[in-house]
Amino acid sequence: MPDIATNFINLDAITILYLFGVGFVGGLVSGFIGSGGAFVLTPGMMSLGVPGLVAVASNMCHKFPKALVGSMKRFKYGQVDVKLGIVLGISAEAGVLYGATIQERIKATFGDAGSNLYVSVAFVVILATVGGFVLYDAWKTYKSGNSQDEEKAGKLAKWVQSINIPGTMVYFKALDAKVSVLFTIPLGFATGMMAATIAVGGFVGVPAMIYVLGAPSLMASATELVIAFVMGLGGSFKYALSGMVDIRLAMIILAGSLFGIQLGAIGTTYVKPFMIKVVMGVIMVIVLFSRGLMVPVYLAQLELIDTLGEGTVSLLKTASFAIMIFALLLGAFIVLRAMWKGRQAERLQLAAGVVEHGKI
Amino acid sequence: MAQSSSRKKPVAAMIVMGVISIALYATLLLKQDFINGTFAQGGWYAFLPIITAFVFSYFHGSFTGNFWTVLGIEASKKKKEVK
Repeated sequence: MPDIATNFINLDAITILYLFGVGFVGGLVSGFIGSGGAFVLTPGMMSLGVPGLVAVASNMCHKFPKALVGSMKRFKYGQVDVKLGIVLGISAEAGVLYGATIQERIKATFGDAGSNLYVSVAFVVILATVGGFVLYDAWKTYKSGNSQDEEKAGKLAKWVQSINIPGTMVYFKALDAKVSVLFTIPLGFATGMMAATIAVGGFVGVPAMIYVLGAPSLMASATELVIAFVMGLGGSFKYALSGMVDIRLAMIILAGSLFGIQLGAIGTTYVKPFMIKVVMGVIMVIVLFSRGLMVPVYLAQLELIDTLGEGTVSLLKTASFAIMIFALLLGAFIVLRAMWKGRQAERLQLAAGVVEHGKI
Repeated sequence: MAQSSSRKKPVAAMIVMGVISIALYATLLLKQDFINGTFAQGGWYAFLPIITAFVFSYFHGSFTGNFWTVLGIEASKKKKEVK
Protein backbone atom coordinates (compact mmCIF):
# COMPACT_ATOMS: atom_id res chain seq x y z
CA MET A 1 0.00 0.00 0.00
CA PRO A 2 2.57 2.67 0.87
CA ASP A 3 4.24 2.54 -2.52
CA ILE A 4 1.02 3.11 -4.47
CA ALA A 5 1.76 6.84 -4.69
CA THR A 6 5.22 6.21 -6.14
CA ASN A 7 3.97 3.54 -8.54
CA PHE A 8 1.16 5.59 -10.04
CA ILE A 9 1.79 8.93 -11.73
CA ASN A 10 -0.41 12.01 -11.79
CA LEU A 11 -2.42 12.35 -14.98
CA ASP A 12 -2.87 15.66 -16.73
CA ALA A 13 -4.72 16.44 -19.97
CA ILE A 14 -1.57 16.23 -22.11
CA THR A 15 -0.62 12.83 -20.71
CA ILE A 16 -4.15 11.55 -21.30
CA LEU A 17 -4.14 12.80 -24.90
CA TYR A 18 -0.69 11.33 -25.50
CA LEU A 19 -1.74 7.90 -24.20
CA PHE A 20 -4.99 8.06 -26.16
CA GLY A 21 -3.11 8.95 -29.36
CA VAL A 22 -0.46 6.26 -29.03
CA GLY A 23 -3.23 3.83 -28.09
CA PHE A 24 -5.11 4.69 -31.28
CA VAL A 25 -2.12 4.20 -33.58
CA GLY A 26 -1.07 1.03 -31.73
CA GLY A 27 -4.62 -0.29 -31.97
CA LEU A 28 -4.81 0.47 -35.68
CA VAL A 29 -1.65 -1.53 -36.35
CA SER A 30 -2.73 -4.38 -34.03
CA GLY A 31 -6.12 -4.63 -35.70
CA PHE A 32 -4.31 -5.12 -38.97
CA ILE A 33 -1.27 -7.29 -38.18
CA GLY A 34 -2.43 -8.82 -34.90
CA SER A 35 0.11 -7.13 -32.66
CA GLY A 36 2.18 -4.02 -32.28
CA GLY A 37 2.01 -0.88 -30.28
CA ALA A 38 3.40 -2.37 -27.10
CA PHE A 39 6.98 -1.66 -28.13
CA VAL A 40 6.15 2.04 -28.17
CA LEU A 41 3.62 2.06 -25.33
CA THR A 42 5.81 0.52 -22.67
CA PRO A 43 8.82 2.84 -23.16
CA GLY A 44 6.35 5.68 -23.79
CA MET A 45 4.78 5.18 -20.36
CA MET A 46 8.20 4.86 -18.76
CA SER A 47 9.19 8.21 -20.27
CA LEU A 48 6.25 9.70 -18.34
CA GLY A 49 7.78 8.44 -15.12
CA VAL A 50 5.84 5.18 -14.83
CA PRO A 51 8.01 2.44 -13.25
CA GLY A 52 8.98 -0.31 -15.73
CA LEU A 53 6.94 -3.08 -14.14
CA VAL A 54 3.80 -0.93 -13.86
CA ALA A 55 4.23 0.09 -17.53
CA VAL A 56 4.48 -3.56 -18.60
CA ALA A 57 1.51 -4.55 -16.41
CA SER A 58 -0.68 -1.66 -17.54
CA ASN A 59 0.17 -2.28 -21.17
CA MET A 60 -0.84 -5.91 -20.76
CA CYS A 61 -4.10 -4.93 -19.10
CA HIS A 62 -5.05 -2.80 -22.10
CA LYS A 63 -3.88 -5.47 -24.52
CA PHE A 64 -6.25 -8.28 -23.62
CA PRO A 65 -9.53 -6.33 -23.86
CA LYS A 66 -8.26 -4.72 -27.07
CA ALA A 67 -7.38 -8.13 -28.53
CA LEU A 68 -10.79 -9.44 -27.47
CA VAL A 69 -12.63 -6.68 -29.34
CA GLY A 70 -10.33 -7.01 -32.36
CA SER A 71 -10.62 -10.78 -32.57
CA MET A 72 -14.42 -10.63 -32.30
CA LYS A 73 -14.52 -8.11 -35.11
CA ARG A 74 -12.27 -10.19 -37.33
CA PHE A 75 -14.17 -13.35 -36.41
CA LYS A 76 -17.16 -11.76 -38.13
CA TYR A 77 -15.06 -11.52 -41.29
CA GLY A 78 -14.28 -15.26 -41.07
CA GLN A 79 -10.59 -14.62 -40.39
CA VAL A 80 -10.15 -16.17 -36.94
CA ASP A 81 -9.28 -19.76 -36.10
CA VAL A 82 -10.36 -19.83 -32.46
CA LYS A 83 -9.03 -23.35 -31.85
CA LEU A 84 -5.58 -22.51 -33.18
CA GLY A 85 -5.59 -19.28 -31.17
CA ILE A 86 -6.45 -21.03 -27.92
CA VAL A 87 -4.01 -23.91 -28.46
CA LEU A 88 -1.18 -21.49 -29.24
CA GLY A 89 -2.35 -19.06 -26.55
CA ILE A 90 -2.11 -21.62 -23.76
CA SER A 91 1.43 -22.64 -24.69
CA ALA A 92 2.25 -18.95 -25.11
CA GLU A 93 1.12 -18.37 -21.54
CA ALA A 94 3.71 -20.91 -20.40
CA GLY A 95 6.27 -19.12 -22.56
CA VAL A 96 5.42 -15.80 -20.92
CA LEU A 97 5.97 -17.23 -17.45
CA TYR A 98 9.27 -18.83 -18.48
CA GLY A 99 10.39 -15.68 -20.30
CA ALA A 100 9.62 -13.57 -17.23
CA THR A 101 11.67 -15.95 -15.04
CA ILE A 102 14.64 -15.67 -17.39
CA GLN A 103 14.29 -11.89 -17.32
CA GLU A 104 14.27 -11.86 -13.52
CA ARG A 105 17.32 -14.13 -13.39
CA ILE A 106 19.26 -11.95 -15.82
CA LYS A 107 18.28 -8.84 -13.89
CA ALA A 108 19.39 -10.41 -10.60
CA THR A 109 22.76 -11.45 -12.06
CA PHE A 110 23.63 -8.59 -14.42
CA GLY A 111 21.40 -5.74 -13.21
CA ASP A 112 19.20 -3.43 -15.27
CA ALA A 113 21.80 -2.88 -17.98
CA GLY A 114 22.23 -6.65 -18.45
CA SER A 115 18.50 -7.15 -18.69
CA ASN A 116 18.16 -4.28 -21.19
CA LEU A 117 21.03 -5.62 -23.26
CA TYR A 118 19.39 -9.06 -23.38
CA VAL A 119 16.10 -7.50 -24.50
CA SER A 120 17.82 -5.39 -27.17
CA VAL A 121 19.89 -8.27 -28.52
CA ALA A 122 16.77 -10.47 -28.65
CA PHE A 123 14.99 -7.67 -30.49
CA VAL A 124 17.81 -7.20 -33.00
CA VAL A 125 18.35 -10.91 -33.71
CA ILE A 126 14.64 -11.79 -34.01
CA LEU A 127 13.72 -8.70 -35.98
CA ALA A 128 16.67 -9.02 -38.33
CA THR A 129 15.99 -12.65 -39.21
CA VAL A 130 12.20 -12.89 -39.04
CA GLY A 131 11.45 -9.28 -40.07
CA GLY A 132 13.93 -9.44 -42.94
CA PHE A 133 12.41 -12.68 -44.18
CA VAL A 134 8.81 -11.40 -43.92
CA LEU A 135 9.70 -8.25 -45.84
CA TYR A 136 11.63 -10.22 -48.47
CA ASP A 137 8.68 -12.56 -48.91
CA ALA A 138 6.27 -9.62 -49.30
CA TRP A 139 8.61 -8.05 -51.85
CA LYS A 140 8.83 -11.34 -53.77
CA THR A 141 5.03 -11.60 -53.90
CA TYR A 142 4.74 -8.00 -55.07
CA LYS A 143 7.38 -8.44 -57.78
CA SER A 144 5.89 -11.72 -58.99
CA GLY A 145 2.63 -9.97 -59.81
CA ASN A 146 0.72 -12.70 -57.94
CA SER A 147 -0.35 -10.48 -55.09
CA GLN A 148 -4.02 -11.11 -55.87
CA ASP A 149 -3.60 -14.88 -55.76
CA GLU A 150 -4.62 -17.10 -52.92
CA GLU A 151 -1.69 -17.71 -50.58
CA LYS A 152 -0.22 -21.20 -50.65
CA ALA A 153 1.57 -22.97 -47.80
CA GLY A 154 5.35 -22.89 -48.22
CA LYS A 155 7.69 -25.89 -48.28
CA LEU A 156 8.29 -25.90 -44.53
CA ALA A 157 4.57 -25.67 -43.78
CA LYS A 158 3.81 -28.48 -46.22
CA TRP A 159 6.40 -30.66 -44.50
CA VAL A 160 4.98 -29.82 -41.05
CA GLN A 161 1.49 -30.67 -42.28
CA SER A 162 2.72 -33.95 -43.74
CA ILE A 163 4.14 -35.25 -40.45
CA ASN A 164 1.72 -37.60 -38.76
CA ILE A 165 2.34 -38.28 -35.09
CA PRO A 166 -0.55 -40.43 -33.85
CA GLY A 167 -2.42 -39.12 -30.84
CA THR A 168 -1.18 -35.55 -31.31
CA MET A 169 -2.91 -34.53 -34.53
CA VAL A 170 -5.44 -31.70 -34.43
CA TYR A 171 -7.42 -30.24 -37.34
CA PHE A 172 -7.15 -26.45 -37.69
CA LYS A 173 -9.52 -24.49 -39.89
CA ALA A 174 -6.91 -21.86 -40.76
CA LEU A 175 -4.61 -24.51 -42.20
CA ASP A 176 -7.36 -26.74 -43.55
CA ALA A 177 -5.12 -29.56 -42.37
CA LYS A 178 -4.19 -31.60 -39.35
CA VAL A 179 -1.00 -30.62 -37.56
CA SER A 180 0.67 -32.23 -34.58
CA VAL A 181 0.43 -30.19 -31.37
CA LEU A 182 4.10 -31.11 -30.91
CA PHE A 183 4.70 -28.38 -33.52
CA THR A 184 2.22 -25.86 -32.18
CA ILE A 185 3.39 -26.06 -28.54
CA PRO A 186 6.97 -24.82 -29.17
CA LEU A 187 5.66 -22.11 -31.52
CA GLY A 188 3.22 -20.85 -28.88
CA PHE A 189 5.93 -21.08 -26.26
CA ALA A 190 8.32 -19.01 -28.39
CA THR A 191 5.57 -16.43 -29.00
CA GLY A 192 5.02 -16.13 -25.25
CA MET A 193 8.72 -15.87 -24.54
CA MET A 194 9.00 -13.06 -27.05
CA ALA A 195 5.98 -11.34 -25.53
CA ALA A 196 7.69 -11.49 -22.12
CA THR A 197 11.00 -10.31 -23.56
CA ILE A 198 10.25 -7.75 -26.26
CA ALA A 199 6.54 -7.18 -25.50
CA VAL A 200 5.48 -8.10 -29.04
CA GLY A 201 4.87 -11.82 -29.27
CA GLY A 202 3.15 -11.39 -32.60
CA PHE A 203 6.48 -10.71 -34.29
CA VAL A 204 7.14 -14.42 -33.79
CA GLY A 205 3.60 -15.77 -33.60
CA VAL A 206 2.27 -14.40 -36.91
CA PRO A 207 5.27 -15.40 -39.07
CA ALA A 208 5.30 -18.81 -37.35
CA MET A 209 1.66 -19.40 -38.23
CA ILE A 210 2.27 -18.32 -41.83
CA TYR A 211 5.59 -19.99 -42.61
CA VAL A 212 5.72 -22.97 -40.23
CA LEU A 213 2.07 -23.98 -40.02
CA GLY A 214 0.87 -22.69 -43.40
CA ALA A 215 -1.90 -20.28 -42.34
CA PRO A 216 -2.91 -17.46 -44.73
CA SER A 217 -1.64 -14.03 -43.60
CA LEU A 218 -5.09 -12.68 -42.82
CA MET A 219 -5.96 -15.71 -40.71
CA ALA A 220 -2.60 -15.67 -38.94
CA SER A 221 -2.82 -12.00 -38.00
CA ALA A 222 -6.43 -12.38 -36.82
CA THR A 223 -5.69 -15.53 -34.84
CA GLU A 224 -2.77 -13.73 -33.18
CA LEU A 225 -5.38 -11.52 -31.51
CA VAL A 226 -6.82 -14.61 -29.79
CA ILE A 227 -3.32 -15.54 -28.60
CA ALA A 228 -2.80 -11.96 -27.37
CA PHE A 229 -6.08 -12.15 -25.49
CA VAL A 230 -5.22 -15.43 -23.74
CA MET A 231 -1.68 -14.28 -22.94
CA GLY A 232 -2.71 -10.78 -21.92
CA LEU A 233 -5.47 -12.00 -19.62
CA GLY A 234 -3.16 -14.39 -17.75
CA GLY A 235 -0.33 -11.86 -17.64
CA SER A 236 -2.55 -9.03 -16.41
CA PHE A 237 -3.91 -11.20 -13.62
CA LYS A 238 -0.40 -12.18 -12.58
CA TYR A 239 0.68 -8.53 -12.35
CA ALA A 240 -2.61 -7.48 -10.71
CA LEU A 241 -1.97 -10.01 -7.95
CA SER A 242 0.91 -7.82 -6.83
CA GLY A 243 -0.99 -4.58 -7.47
CA MET A 244 1.12 -3.51 -10.44
CA VAL A 245 -1.67 -2.58 -12.87
CA ASP A 246 -2.44 1.13 -13.16
CA ILE A 247 -5.99 0.72 -14.40
CA ARG A 248 -6.24 4.41 -15.37
CA LEU A 249 -3.33 4.13 -17.79
CA ALA A 250 -4.63 0.84 -19.17
CA MET A 251 -8.15 2.14 -19.76
CA ILE A 252 -7.02 5.45 -21.30
CA ILE A 253 -4.82 3.60 -23.78
CA LEU A 254 -7.74 1.24 -24.38
CA ALA A 255 -9.97 4.24 -25.15
CA GLY A 256 -7.77 5.13 -28.12
CA SER A 257 -6.86 1.62 -29.14
CA LEU A 258 -10.47 0.45 -29.46
CA PHE A 259 -11.04 3.15 -32.07
CA GLY A 260 -7.87 2.01 -33.80
CA ILE A 261 -8.39 -1.73 -33.66
CA GLN A 262 -11.85 -1.50 -35.20
CA LEU A 263 -10.45 0.54 -38.07
CA GLY A 264 -7.45 -1.78 -38.54
CA ALA A 265 -9.76 -4.81 -38.60
CA ILE A 266 -12.01 -3.16 -41.19
CA GLY A 267 -8.87 -2.37 -43.18
CA THR A 268 -8.00 -6.06 -43.56
CA THR A 269 -11.12 -6.62 -45.64
CA TYR A 270 -9.95 -4.15 -48.29
CA VAL A 271 -6.32 -5.08 -48.79
CA LYS A 272 -4.41 -7.81 -50.56
CA PRO A 273 -3.17 -10.40 -48.04
CA PHE A 274 0.50 -9.66 -48.68
CA MET A 275 -0.02 -6.17 -47.22
CA ILE A 276 -0.09 -7.80 -43.76
CA LYS A 277 3.47 -8.98 -44.42
CA VAL A 278 4.49 -5.56 -45.76
CA VAL A 279 3.29 -3.71 -42.66
CA MET A 280 4.73 -6.28 -40.28
CA GLY A 281 8.08 -6.50 -42.08
CA VAL A 282 8.49 -2.73 -42.38
CA ILE A 283 7.77 -2.17 -38.68
CA MET A 284 10.07 -5.02 -37.61
CA VAL A 285 13.00 -3.82 -39.68
CA ILE A 286 12.69 -0.19 -38.53
CA VAL A 287 12.31 -1.18 -34.87
CA LEU A 288 15.45 -3.27 -35.31
CA PHE A 289 17.46 -0.09 -35.93
CA SER A 290 15.83 1.60 -32.98
CA ARG A 291 16.90 -1.15 -30.59
CA GLY A 292 20.26 -1.55 -32.27
CA LEU A 293 21.08 2.06 -31.36
CA MET A 294 20.68 1.22 -27.68
CA VAL A 295 23.08 -1.72 -27.67
CA PRO A 296 26.23 0.45 -27.21
CA VAL A 297 24.55 2.25 -24.29
CA TYR A 298 23.98 -0.99 -22.41
CA LEU A 299 27.39 -2.37 -23.37
CA ALA A 300 28.97 0.76 -21.87
CA GLN A 301 26.87 0.44 -18.71
CA LEU A 302 28.15 -3.12 -18.33
CA GLU A 303 31.68 -1.79 -18.92
CA LEU A 304 32.15 -4.07 -21.91
CA ILE A 305 33.11 -1.04 -24.01
CA ASP A 306 34.42 2.43 -23.14
CA THR A 307 32.05 4.71 -21.27
CA LEU A 308 29.92 6.92 -23.51
CA GLY A 309 29.47 10.63 -22.87
CA GLU A 310 26.17 11.80 -21.37
CA GLY A 311 25.33 13.71 -24.55
CA THR A 312 25.87 10.62 -26.70
CA VAL A 313 23.71 8.44 -24.43
CA SER A 314 20.90 10.99 -24.45
CA LEU A 315 21.14 11.37 -28.24
CA LEU A 316 21.02 7.59 -28.77
CA LYS A 317 18.05 7.22 -26.42
CA THR A 318 16.09 10.00 -28.12
CA ALA A 319 16.91 8.73 -31.60
CA SER A 320 15.91 5.18 -30.58
CA PHE A 321 12.54 6.30 -29.25
CA ALA A 322 11.90 8.57 -32.23
CA ILE A 323 12.63 5.73 -34.66
CA MET A 324 10.17 3.48 -32.78
CA ILE A 325 7.44 6.08 -33.02
CA PHE A 326 8.27 6.51 -36.70
CA ALA A 327 7.94 2.74 -37.22
CA LEU A 328 4.49 2.73 -35.67
CA LEU A 329 3.34 5.81 -37.57
CA LEU A 330 4.64 4.46 -40.87
CA GLY A 331 2.83 1.16 -40.20
CA ALA A 332 -0.38 3.08 -39.49
CA PHE A 333 0.10 5.17 -42.63
CA ILE A 334 0.53 2.06 -44.83
CA VAL A 335 -2.61 0.52 -43.28
CA LEU A 336 -4.70 3.65 -43.84
CA ARG A 337 -3.38 4.17 -47.36
CA ALA A 338 -4.02 0.56 -48.37
CA MET A 339 -7.49 0.74 -46.88
CA TRP A 340 -8.24 4.02 -48.62
CA LYS A 341 -7.14 2.64 -51.97
CA GLY A 342 -9.15 -0.54 -51.43
CA ARG A 343 -12.27 1.47 -50.64
CA GLN A 344 -11.77 3.68 -53.68
CA ALA A 345 -11.38 0.64 -55.93
CA GLU A 346 -14.52 -0.95 -54.49
CA ARG A 347 -16.49 2.26 -54.95
CA LEU A 348 -15.37 2.51 -58.57
CA GLN A 349 -16.36 -1.12 -59.16
CA LEU A 350 -19.73 -0.53 -57.55
CA ALA A 351 -20.29 2.60 -59.62
CA ALA A 352 -19.30 0.72 -62.80
CA GLY A 353 -21.74 -2.03 -61.84
CA VAL A 354 -24.53 0.49 -61.36
CA VAL A 355 -23.81 2.10 -64.74
CA GLU A 356 -23.70 -1.25 -66.53
CA HIS A 357 -26.87 -2.37 -64.82
CA GLY A 358 -28.52 0.90 -65.83
CA LYS A 359 -27.68 0.27 -69.48
CA ILE A 360 -29.40 -3.11 -69.48
CA MET B 1 -25.76 8.25 -55.60
CA ALA B 2 -27.69 6.68 -52.78
CA GLN B 3 -26.09 3.29 -53.14
CA SER B 4 -24.52 1.77 -50.04
CA SER B 5 -26.05 3.85 -47.25
CA SER B 6 -29.44 2.26 -47.61
CA ARG B 7 -28.95 0.23 -44.41
CA LYS B 8 -30.02 1.92 -41.18
CA LYS B 9 -27.10 3.31 -39.24
CA PRO B 10 -26.84 2.46 -35.53
CA VAL B 11 -26.96 6.08 -34.35
CA ALA B 12 -29.06 5.41 -31.25
CA ALA B 13 -26.88 2.48 -30.16
CA MET B 14 -23.78 4.60 -30.69
CA ILE B 15 -25.15 7.39 -28.53
CA VAL B 16 -26.25 5.07 -25.71
CA MET B 17 -22.93 3.22 -25.67
CA GLY B 18 -21.04 6.50 -25.98
CA VAL B 19 -22.82 7.99 -22.97
CA ILE B 20 -22.16 4.88 -20.88
CA SER B 21 -18.54 4.92 -22.03
CA ILE B 22 -18.09 8.56 -21.05
CA ALA B 23 -19.72 7.87 -17.67
CA LEU B 24 -17.29 4.99 -17.07
CA TYR B 25 -14.27 7.12 -17.95
CA ALA B 26 -15.53 10.06 -15.89
CA THR B 27 -15.94 7.77 -12.86
CA LEU B 28 -12.48 6.29 -13.41
CA LEU B 29 -10.80 9.69 -13.52
CA LEU B 30 -12.86 11.45 -10.86
CA LYS B 31 -12.46 8.61 -8.37
CA GLN B 32 -8.91 7.70 -9.38
CA ASP B 33 -7.40 7.89 -5.90
CA PHE B 34 -9.97 5.55 -4.44
CA ILE B 35 -9.80 3.21 -7.46
CA ASN B 36 -6.01 3.01 -7.51
CA GLY B 37 -5.88 2.56 -3.76
CA THR B 38 -8.32 -0.34 -3.92
CA PHE B 39 -7.21 -2.03 -7.15
CA ALA B 40 -3.53 -2.00 -6.27
CA GLN B 41 -3.96 -3.99 -3.08
CA GLY B 42 -3.24 -7.20 -4.96
CA GLY B 43 -4.48 -10.66 -3.89
CA TRP B 44 -8.20 -11.08 -4.46
CA TYR B 45 -8.39 -7.43 -5.51
CA ALA B 46 -6.62 -8.54 -8.71
CA PHE B 47 -10.03 -9.43 -10.11
CA LEU B 48 -11.07 -5.76 -10.05
CA PRO B 49 -8.82 -4.48 -12.87
CA ILE B 50 -9.67 -7.56 -14.94
CA ILE B 51 -13.42 -7.08 -14.52
CA THR B 52 -13.03 -3.35 -15.22
CA ALA B 53 -11.18 -4.11 -18.45
CA PHE B 54 -13.98 -6.43 -19.61
CA VAL B 55 -16.69 -3.89 -18.75
CA PHE B 56 -14.89 -1.04 -20.53
CA SER B 57 -14.16 -3.20 -23.56
CA TYR B 58 -17.83 -4.15 -23.87
CA PHE B 59 -19.26 -0.63 -23.73
CA HIS B 60 -16.44 1.29 -25.35
CA GLY B 61 -15.92 -1.50 -27.90
CA SER B 62 -19.57 -1.33 -28.97
CA PHE B 63 -19.37 2.45 -29.11
CA THR B 64 -16.24 2.53 -31.30
CA GLY B 65 -17.67 -0.17 -33.59
CA ASN B 66 -20.86 1.81 -34.10
CA PHE B 67 -18.87 5.03 -34.42
CA TRP B 68 -17.09 3.86 -37.58
CA THR B 69 -20.30 2.34 -38.98
CA VAL B 70 -22.14 5.62 -38.51
CA LEU B 71 -19.28 7.40 -40.27
CA GLY B 72 -19.77 4.98 -43.16
CA ILE B 73 -16.51 3.11 -42.65
CA GLU B 74 -17.45 -0.54 -42.88
CA ALA B 75 -15.88 -3.79 -44.02
CA SER B 76 -15.62 -4.53 -47.71
CA LYS B 77 -18.74 -6.10 -49.08
CA LYS B 78 -16.83 -8.27 -51.49
CA LYS B 79 -14.42 -10.20 -49.30
CA LYS B 80 -16.19 -11.64 -46.31
CA GLU B 81 -14.30 -14.89 -46.14
CA VAL B 82 -10.57 -15.58 -46.32
CA LYS B 83 -9.32 -18.18 -48.83
